[in-house]
Amino acid sequence: MKTYMGTLNVNGESRLVTVRSADTLLYALRGKLGLTGSKPGCLNGDCGACTVIVDGWPMKSCLMLAVEAVGKKVTTIEGLLETPIQQAFIENFAFQCGYCTPGFIMNCHSLIEHHPDADDPTIKEWLESNICRCTSYIEIEQAVKSVLKKK
Amino acid sequence: MLPFDFEYYRPETLNEAVELFQFLDQQGKQPMFFSGGTELITLGRINLAYTEAVIDIKDISECKMMQVSGDQVILGSTLSLTKIEEANLFPLLTKTASEVADHTARGKITLGGNICARIFYREAVLPFLLADSKVLLIGPNGKKIVPINEIFQGQLGLEKGEFLVQIATENRFIRAPFFSVKRRQQWDTGYPLITIAALKVNQQIRVGISGLCPFPFRSKEIEAALNNIGQSAEARVAGAIAVLPQPILDDVEGSAEYRLFVLRNLFFDLLVAFDRVQV
Repeated sequence: MKTYMGTLNVNGESRLVTVRSADTLLYALRGKLGLTGSKPGCLNGDCGACTVIVDGWPMKSCLMLAVEAVGKKVTTIEGLLETPIQQAFIENFAFQCGYCTPGFIMNCHSLIEHHPDADDPTIKEWLESNICRCTSYIEIEQAVKSVLKKK
Repeated sequence: MLPFDFEYYRPETLNEAVELFQFLDQQGKQPMFFSGGTELITLGRINLAYTEAVIDIKDISECKMMQVSGDQVILGSTLSLTKIEEANLFPLLTKTASEVADHTARGKITLGGNICARIFYREAVLPFLLADSKVLLIGPNGKKIVPINEIFQGQLGLEKGEFLVQIATENRFIRAPFFSVKRRQQWDTGYPLITIAALKVNQQIRVGISGLCPFPFRSKEIEAALNNIGQSAEARVAGAIAVLPQPILDDVEGSAEYRLFVLRNLFFDLLVAFDRVQV
């Protein structure tokens, strides 16, 4: 079995990992780096529970090979510290079981960074990338809008 | 997490990529060109795709070019659909590509990957079929520039070891009035029942369809029927329905009957939209 050693830039730190070329970024983050905040859901790019931020854009880490991430800047949920969106999720009761939450937060955070004046169609377009089975998305929408309003 | 191992290469030049493929192919490694890679990763995970060597072409400068050059727009094959949307150099392409998968996934799905995929829909090819774009390919027999309508018959006619580098589209098509609608069975993300893309050029409608058949297409017969100005809208649409290619998809995403129903109504919407446009 051929393995590759590479340096991943995760949450501002350089981390050396040994991976199979066939390992996804999600697997490397969770299994090799112990960053279990990003979740395996569908493993098919549909649910968004694995969402991280790569070079400033949201990325489904189950759709990326770990070796593809070498040379890129990766941010996981563990790398977001007391951001407005995290506080807003708490204040607006925007999660129940919490499984989809890290993925949603990464996507919401990235949306707000890129579009601090996001309108409803833009919010809908971005957040359609994530699925929640517990809530009806209303609280998540409120959380995002509360942060946008404050900007 | 793919259940098989493969070697991973990231060549920096076109020639390196072509030579690597030849070399790995001779070794029996069934090499694959890798752009966004979403097809290999999702199908490989369930054993519907296999390779022992991946050639990642994303770093090659010609493949990620996005350029307005003279009277044409050149788009590289490894550009993500999101990058293409953001630049918005070709509005019909922006609209059509922006309906593929979902927003986050479009940051990984690439133009070339969507066009050369095995999946039925490949909606990103439609605007280029309508705009008579030219594709730049490279392979063991060197570089080729070919009009896309000569080489795309349901799929891009790539030779073994050949890959798509860029697509060039003339400005007059980029600026033409367009119509692009994607009708799904439910929700606002996901596969199409029917995606229809159309341009109006020299008073003539050009139309491309995805989701009707297991391949995207542009049809001269359908265009002839829809452009029959003397006839009523009903007659024109009936004429178009009569010359549809086969087979018509009939599956859990939608029955053939339902897809035809949706297509008929989209044809009417198209005629109404373009009748308002004076070109």
